[in-house]
Order: sequence, then C-alpha cells, then structure tokens
Amino acid sequence: MKKREPILEGSEWTIDALAEFEEEIGRIAAERYRLDTYPNQIEIISADQMMDAYSSVGMPVGYHHWSFGKQFLSTEQRYRKGQIGLAYELVINSNPCISYLMEENSLTLQALVIAHACFGHNSFFKGNYLFREWTDASAIINYILFARNYISDCEERHGVDVVEALLDSCHALMNLGVDQFRRPRPISAAEEERRQKEREDYVQQNVNDLWRTIPKKKEKKEEEFPRFPSEPQENLLYFIEKSAPLLEPWEREIVRIVRKIALYFYPQRQTKVMNEGWATFWHYNLMNDLYDEGLIGEGNILEFLQSHTGVIYQPEYDSPYFSGINPYTLGFAMFSDIRRICEEPTDEDRRFFPDWAGSDWLDTVHHAMANYKDESFILQFLSPTVIRSLKLFSILDDDSDSAIQVTAIHDDEGYLRVREELASQYNISQQDPDIQVWEVALRGDRSLTLRHTQRDRIQLDEDDAKEVLKHVHHLWRFDVHLESMQDETVAQNYHCNEEKVWIDSADGSKKSEKS
Amino acid sequence: MALQIIDRRQQGKQKSAVNRQRFLKRFRKHIKEAVTDAVSKRSITDMDRGEEISIPKKDISEPIFHHGRGGSQRRVLPGNKEFIRGDRIDRPKGGSGGGGGGKASNQGEGMDEFVFELNQQEFLDFVFEDLELPNLVRKQLKDSDAYKLIKGGYTSDGIPARLNVVQSLRGAKARRIALGGAIRREIRALEEELESLEDEADADERRSEITNKLDRARRRLNQIPFLDDFDLRYNNMIREPTPTTSAVMFCLMDVSGSMTQDIKDLAKRFFVLLHMFLKRHYSKIDVVFIRHHTKADEVDEQEFFYSRETGGTVVSSALELMKTIIEERYPTDSWNIYAAQASDGENWADDSPRCRDLLVKSLLPLVQYYAYVEINARQQQELWNTYSEITDLFPTQFAMKTVNSAADIFPVFHELFERKST
Repeated sequence: MKKREPILEGSEWTIDALAEFEEEIGRIAAERYRLDTYPNQIEIISADQMMDAYSSVGMPVGYHHWSFGKQFLSTEQRYRKGQIGLAYELVINSNPCISYLMEENSLTLQALVIAHACFGHNSFFKGNYLFREWTDASAIINYILFARNYISDCEERHGVDVVEALLDSCHALMNLGVDQFRRPRPISAAEEERRQKEREDYVQQNVNDLWRTIPKKKEKKEEEFPRFPSEPQENLLYFIEKSAPLLEPWEREIVRIVRKIALYFYPQRQTKVMNEGWATFWHYNLMNDLYDEGLIGEGNILEFLQSHTGVIYQPEYDSPYFSGINPYTLGFAMFSDIRRICEEPTDEDRRFFPDWAGSDWLDTVHHAMANYKDESFILQFLSPTVIRSLKLFSILDDDSDSAIQVTAIHDDEGYLRVREELASQYNISQQDPDIQVWEVALRGDRSLTLRHTQRDRIQLDEDDAKEVLKHVHHLWRFDVHLESMQDETVAQNYHCNEEKVWIDSADGSKKSEKS
Repeated sequence: MALQIIDRRQQGKQKSAVNRQRFLKRFRKHIKEAVTDAVSKRSITDMDRGEEISIPKKDISEPIFHHGRGGSQRRVLPGNKEFIRGDRIDRPKGGSGGGGGGKASNQGEGMDEFVFELNQQEFLDFVFEDLELPNLVRKQLKDSDAYKLIKGGYTSDGIPARLNVVQSLRGAKARRIALGGAIRREIRALEEELESLEDEADADERRSEITNKLDRARRRLNQIPFLDDFDLRYNNMIREPTPTTSAVMFCLMDVSGSMTQDIKDLAKRFFVLLHMFLKRHYSKIDVVFIRHHTKADEVDEQEFFYSRETGGTVVSSALELMKTIIEERYPTDSWNIYAAQASDGENWADDSPRCRDLLVKSLLPLVQYYAYVEINARQQQELWNTYSEITDLFPTQFAMKTVNSAADIFPVFHELFERKST
C-alpha cells in the first residue's frame, strides 16, 4: 500500500484535523470492518464542562437535583487535587451520536477518542440487541428535554422542596424500575407529551376505583377477595406509579420519568465489559491501520500505544490500586482473543469452541457484539487463553467457614468454573438484591409488603435498606413492610410507618430507629 | 452521514450551577457550622477566601437496596500468584473478607467525609446570611441615581426600543381616514354617476371622463402613506425618585494603653467582620472610623486598622466627636445612623456618667442602632455597668455583648446583627 502523509503531527490538534480523522477512520471502519454507525456529532468541551457533563450522569441536559450537585462538587474537588483525571471522552447513546471531546487532549488522544467513541461505542449502540430493544436513540434527547421541562414546571407549581423529596425517593428505587423479562416500548417524547395529560386523568380514576372499598357483605370471607397484586411484581417503580393510593397525577408522572430514565441506562449497566471492550478493540485496530497507511506519524503512534496500555491496565487482586476487574481489559482481551481463535485456532480452542473456532473473525465479533450482554458474552466467549493471561481464580467466602476457599484457578479443571462464576458476577439479577412487591393489604391497613429473596444467605445492608424503606413509605404513604426470606422463612422483617423504621429479626431481637 | 463538530468551549460552564446551589441549600446546616468554625479560626486579614467543607458521608448518602455482608459469596479475581484449587486463605482482619466490599456497594469504604470546596462568594454568603442592619428605614434622599422608571403615557419621539406599535398604527389609521375622507367621498360620487350612466348609449365621452377622474382619485388615495414619521408613538418613561436606604456606620474603637495587643486584635476582628458585612450587603453605605484614647480622631480605614498610636482613656471624647460629625454631615432625615463601639471597658472614672448622658440625651435619639462590644477576659468594667442602665431605656436600639476570645467574635457579631423576624 502506498504510504500517505500524516494528517497532522505533534500534539496540537485543529478542528480540520479532527474532521479529517473522522473521515479517514470512518472510511476504514465502514469499508474494512463493516461498522455501522449513527452519524457523529463531536463536541469540543473544556474540563469544567466535562465535569458538568459528568455530574448529570452523561445526560446532555438533566433535570435539577441536589445529587447532581454533589456529584459535581466531588468530581471538582478530586480533579483539582489531582486525585483523578477526567475521562478523555463521554459519549451519548443518541442519534446523531454525541461525543464530548476534552480540549486538553493531545492530537493523538483526539484521534484515539474518535476511533473509540465515534466508531466503537457508536456502532455498539446501534448494533447491540439490548440497546435496540430498550432504547430509542433518536428520541432520548427530546425525552430528557421533556422531563426537564416537566420537572421544572412542577417545581414552580408545587415548590422545589416537595419535588426534590419525591425525586430522592424515586432515585432510591431506580434500580427497581425495570421489568427484566419484559421488553418495554421505546421512549418517544412526542408520544409521551401527548399522552401525559390523558394518563393523568385516567390513572387517577383507576386508582380511585381500586381503593373504593365499600364492603357490601361484611360476612364475606378473606379468601374470596382477590389478592393484589395477583402476582408478585418486580418493577416496584411501575407498581407505585400505577397503584400508590395517594400520589397526585403530577407525582405519578415524575415517578414515570425516573423510571424511563432508569430504563435508558439499563442496557449500559449490562454491557460494560462488551461496550468498552468493543470500543477498545476497534480503536486499537483502527489506529494501527491509520499508522499503516501513514496517516499517523511515528511519534504519535508511540504516544497512542502508551495511552492504550494505560487504559487496559489491570491491577492484580492484592495491589493497592485494585478495584475490581477492569472492563476495558477484560473486554479488549476477549474480543482480541476471538479474532485469534478464528484466525489461528489451537487444539484447545477447537475443543472449547467447536462451533466457531476457525470461522471468519469479522463475522464472529459482529455476531458477538450484536447478540450478547456481559453475562452471556463471558459465558460463551471467555477462552482459557484469556483466563490464563489474566490469571483469574475464583474464591468462595462463606461466613459459616473460618477461611476463604479457593475454588478454581486457571487450570484445566478450573476454566469452566471460573468462567461460570465470572459470568454470574455480571448478571444484574445477581448483583442487585431480588426484591418484589408481594402484597397490598387492600382490606386492612393498606400496607404494602415487599419481599426480598435471599440468595446464598446474603442479607441486605440493613442501614441502607431502612433508609430506602422510608423512601418507599414516602411514595406509598401507608405502612411498608419488607420480608427478607431465607429458604422460605422470614429472616428479617423490616417495618416502616409514619414515625419510625425497625427490624424484627428471626431471633426476636428488635432494632429500631426514628424516621 | 454528515459529521458535525461543535466547539462548545466558549459556552458557559456553569451548567451545574443550579445543582450546586441545591446541594448547598440541602446541607446548609452542616456548611453553616463549618463556616462559623472557620471564621473564628482565621486571621483577620484572611477572611476573603473560600473554605474546604466536609460533611459526614452517611448524612449525604443516597441509599439503595444492596447486599450486605455475610452469607456465601463467590468472586472471581485477577492476578493469581501462588494459589491452587482447595487452598484456604485466612480472612483479612476487619472481617471484610474477599467478597465484602466490591459488589454493588457504591458507598465506598475509604472515606468517611464528603469533602468539597466552597468558593469565596459562597463562603461569604454563608457567613453573612441572616444578618442585617436593624431598624433600617427608607429615607428621602436627593441622591440623583435613586429613581425608578415608570410608564407615563406616550411621546412622539424616543428610542426605537420603546416604539409602541399599537399606538403608532392606531395613529396611522386615524390619519389615513382623515386625509382620505374627501377623496373617498369623491370616488363614491363618481362611482354612482358611472352606474347611472351605464344604460345611456351616448354618454361614452362622459363615461371615459369619469373613469379618468376615478383613476386619478384612486391614485391619490393610494399616495397617502401607510405609516408616516408623524404617526410614531413611543412609550414614555418617567423617572420617579425613590426613597433609598442610605446609612452610615460609626466604628468606635478604644486604643488606650489598657487595650493590650490581644484585646486590640479581637476588636479589629470584630470591625473587619462588620466592615466586610457592610460592604457586601449595602451598596451605599458610609463608614466613619473613630479611634480614641484621651482624645478622639476620625481616621481612614488603613489607619484605623493598622495604626499603633496609644494613650489614656476618655471614652466620651469619641462620643463627642461622633455627635459633631452627625451634626455636620449626616442629617437624620436622610441618613440611617449606626454605631458600633469596642472597648475593654476601662474608662476614666468621672467620664462614664458623662458617656451615659451623651448617649441617652444626644446620640441614641439620633441613631437606629448602637452596639457595644466589651472585650475583656476579666470582670465587667466601669463602662459596662454604666451602659447596662441604658439597655432598659432603649431595648431595641441599644445592645451590648462581651467577647472573651476569638471564638466569641462571630457568634456575638451574629447576635448583634441577626435578622429579626418582623
């Protein structure tokens, strides 16, 4: 191939150079690697603006809430003290795909970021099934705008403090705002706005019907009344939005907004490893291709390699810098290894992956990207080679045992177990406690009972659970109970009423606290 | 597939300003405590900067349901070195275990305090929050910039920004009707005639004459301008003088020999705080600095805070001087007069009754508020006892407090100038 001149050398970048990089990278990505992307919108921002963007959890326009201020202050403090660097980029799952690039990035970093965000993440957003099913990239910006305006309207009408308290409560339940096993309809701002008024009226009417309890025959026996809800509900926020007895229509709308935003982030929580791995894999390939064509100079490619090595650094479990498995490292290693297994499979690879070892590597990585989430991706594609190179091992920490046990390491007997356990570590329903709406005492004190099913005897964090229960009470406005179940028996029973929140433990002890 | 590159660097960076304010408001109690603490610790020249505030993590956490400890937890870790399957590892001390912290716990274990930086502006807001000059009243003042603009009808000339479209078009329409009246009447008459001539065969000549006349008349009608300069009307704004709150603060400080360096430092701290508060909250305020030993002088800010001159004590000299200055420069009908006096309370024995008389008879009737701060680690002195009698006579106008250490300054200052709910 004929070598071309570098687009620009040194460390200073220009807007023109960025545009040229975008074009060249886009050309290679589309022609050579079939990356299908939304159009790109690149925004150059300063460090302060990056901190702004951080604090609204990556939404370009957020509604106002103190917790975003807290986020901002803590980022600012740590950045000023030099404890953290800011990310080079931030990318929004929208159409066009918005990428924020920091002005202080060097030329090399900007090229890296364009490859990483504008083509890596962008194509992942467009291709992965979770994003396709759960979010609508073209509608999100409008929806967030709608949410922001609606909430600031509410603040004007009902007071900032009331709205803030409501948002606090909703945020506490944000992780319980998703039906994991049902697909939602994608968000549409126009639709939402049109239907919002309608909904206000109807929902209130329905709720009133639900609570219209004029018992006609008092002698009726308990079991003749239908249980409510008829089946346990996993989507607590949805349940509250539809059934909480005393919420005003505008309060239901705000619950809905928080729920919708939780929904938007749900795919991201489940695809951290894949998403980062995919983007890192492509920036690595694309940057090397640019270098091969001569579009990046020697100095810049060395700088790139240094940054790249930093990004995929994985501290070991006993290092002071260790804070879990680095999703960039794991994802990058896995995608690179898929390519290797396709191009130069060993006997071991053929034994582990008979279906696709030796197949076309580009087809295989695209297939993996499009059809898996972290949990299933690891379960299907984590190879012994990667387990060996990261020296993964699994441990069992059982409180009935005096010591921690090493259950598997990177050897022949261990691969499958390590792989299974690592996969389950990325399973959202294992990360979050399993809490469902169990029953509402329709005929009694209208109390709401939630049920937590303990897995492997792992209990809830008591202090936080009590705080969250207060928030549930704030939304439900009658007594709330939470039964923490261990093997079909109630291990702890949390209660919350107007005044206080307390726990009845199975052993009969009581711990209470004023609310 | 159009790429868009947007350079946002020039745009505001304060997107989070509202959220930041919300945060400060929510944790105002914590911040207030930290600020009060900081004020008493700082040196007097160092009031004008921000402060690092820390808030306990647990007060600020956003709770979610997450797993606690215990049970049977599995985990995969990188970087195995010496372990083989079946190895048993003792739990690290503290019970956290291999699987303790990591999962789902976003309340990291490391820091117990949430630390952030309050900038100078915000810091001072907190310092002087809820403070005001008591009894401030609006007084008429011939001050030229104290007016507000109110609407007062329309004028025929003005700046384009004040153009009143409705009035202008209304005027234009009236003018068009008035000027066009005669022509329209003529057109109507001609049209009627034309109609009456329609049936007559030999009136061609007359008809074309009328048509010509009609054309001319219509042209004339069209020539009346739609909008003329003459029609333009502008909103008229009238300057209405408003009563303003103009105030003068007298700072009276004892610099006599009995005031040791420490006591002077406390007095200065008090006045620095007062001075900053006034400058910050009241745009138009005069401050008169008076220092005295046996003799009182009016001095400038620099000298007031930094001069080292000293001598015996005659407190009344300062009060006399204040009285003279009020008479000369600050007529009470246009000025709110305030005074703050700091002293160690020692005075020439015969002078204290004189001070009381001066205050009761001449000064207190003139001033809105008089604050006396006695800085003294020991017994209350001469002046305190004499002044105590005044408190009963002027309960809302006269206040006195003692200060014994730097830590007292801010609370005392706060009490003296606290906003009373009205």
